[in-house]
Amino acid sequence: MSKQRFSALSLLRRSLGGHRSWEPQWRKSEPKPAYDVVIVGGGGHGLGAAYYLAAEHRVGRIAVVEKGWIGGGNTGRNTTIIRSNYLFAESAALYDHSVKLWEDLSQVLNYNVMFSQRGVMMLAHTVHDVQVFKRHVHANRCSGVDNEWLTPEEAKAFCPPLNIDPDIRYPVLGAALQRRGGTARHDAVAWGYARAASELGVDIIENCEVTGIRRDAQGRVEGLETTRGSIRAGKVGVSAAGNTSAVLSLAGVRLPLESYPLQALVSEPVKPVFPCVAMSNTIHAYISQSDKGDLVIGAGTDAYTSYTQRGALHINMHTLDAICELFPMFRRLRMMRNWGGIVDVTPDRSPIIAKTPVPGLYVNCGWGTGGFKATPGSAHLFAWTIANDAPHPINAPFTIERFRDGHLIDEAAAAAVAH
Amino acid sequence: MMKIPCPHCGVRDENEFQCGGTAHLARPALDASDREWGEYLYFRDNPKGSHRERWRHAYGCGRWFNVVRDTLTHEISAVYPITETPAR
Repeated sequence: MSKQRFSALSLLRRSLGGHRSWEPQWRKSEPKPAYDVVIVGGGGHGLGAAYYLAAEHRVGRIAVVEKGWIGGGNTGRNTTIIRSNYLFAESAALYDHSVKLWEDLSQVLNYNVMFSQRGVMMLAHTVHDVQVFKRHVHANRCSGVDNEWLTPEEAKAFCPPLNIDPDIRYPVLGAALQRRGGTARHDAVAWGYARAASELGVDIIENCEVTGIRRDAQGRVEGLETTRGSIRAGKVGVSAAGNTSAVLSLAGVRLPLESYPLQALVSEPVKPVFPCVAMSNTIHAYISQSDKGDLVIGAGTDAYTSYTQRGALHINMHTLDAICELFPMFRRLRMMRNWGGIVDVTPDRSPIIAKTPVPGLYVNCGWGTGGFKATPGSAHLFAWTIANDAPHPINAPFTIERFRDGHLIDEAAAAAVAH
Repeated sequence: MMKIPCPHCGVRDENEFQCGGTAHLARPALDASDREWGEYLYFRDNPKGSHRERWRHAYGCGRWFNVVRDTLTHEISAVYPITETPAR
């Protein structure tokens, strides 16, 4: 495939031909008999890992197998919020590694991922929220991550649609603002990584579901059984979000994960009215406006495990109640569609990027309700872990074993449900 | 909205209930290893399909009971007392 770099000049030149000369941005591959590394899961995290394995670790033969189509899972259906203001040093380092990669990702991939550092503002509604968020602000500053405290009036100045009336059900008592946070175009992240990986020779194999993990006499991974035949593999990296437990069970690995449907919804498109990302963990509302004009709204997870890819309606209604109270101008806005994605949640709400007990088998999972923001960092560190058969210092604490030795990274209590 | 048959109050909406997670997890003995204790606290089968789980009718009778629910369809195929441990 010819290199089709995007630039003002190439767009101008192609426009003269009515844009009919563009070729597909990545190859659709048939499975080959053998690869050095096979990544299971064609979302942003998996495609990104394949890209970094090829670009930075010079691994020769790489494939990504995806049971549906690339970016068709949670990567293409999320609220696209990016931030790194986590409480613990381990988490702040992990998520800030990702934010730094986001900052020049469009240039690195030569693909516009529309990363917009419009600021993420987290609202505090109770005395407990105020104390927790101020603790976050101080902890983040010690970790070199930007985060600042705003009074209700400062929050309103930053986000004029916000209702700071002290008489509402959950009044705004202040907010934590990370100015480097923001949003990106979720589909473009999958497409950009797929295009860049394909350009480096990575095979992207869609409609290919893993049905078995083959191991040799010593227990080491030697390949995969799939709906498109057997594939030999030197190493296998699983990046399968809500389906991780099912995939890893094929190799007899049990994980500290439970899968839940997480919902989001979008409104009809309107003119630009909302300047930032606003989040309320306490009353479960996450909102921003896409460049297309629709409001992108995040709701919560159901309270029980499920693989249905739909959540209960009352979860969305609860979120819309909160949105209507905090932003009264949206009360007559109609919602266009909603969806549920299956997210894999760990007990401490921190991810796992690690080797498994099976030699040659690696896992990147447990991102729960907040994996999108971590896409580049997670992919970068997972590629490192696979290539070196050892974790990078940043993801070294994010093991499976922490749930046996007690070294949890407990963002659950600190950050409630939101990530 | 799921409808859940409480054995004491009849069929009610899911938001009257609280899910207590996987049922029949046996608490290890006091001299259990860190590994056994960690497995008990945190590791789960997380099955796609039939799942035995505990529910409480929190906004009703307040009582616990066990449910067999399919995680792919939300179909409830059995409801049985909290004290009962069926053969696997």
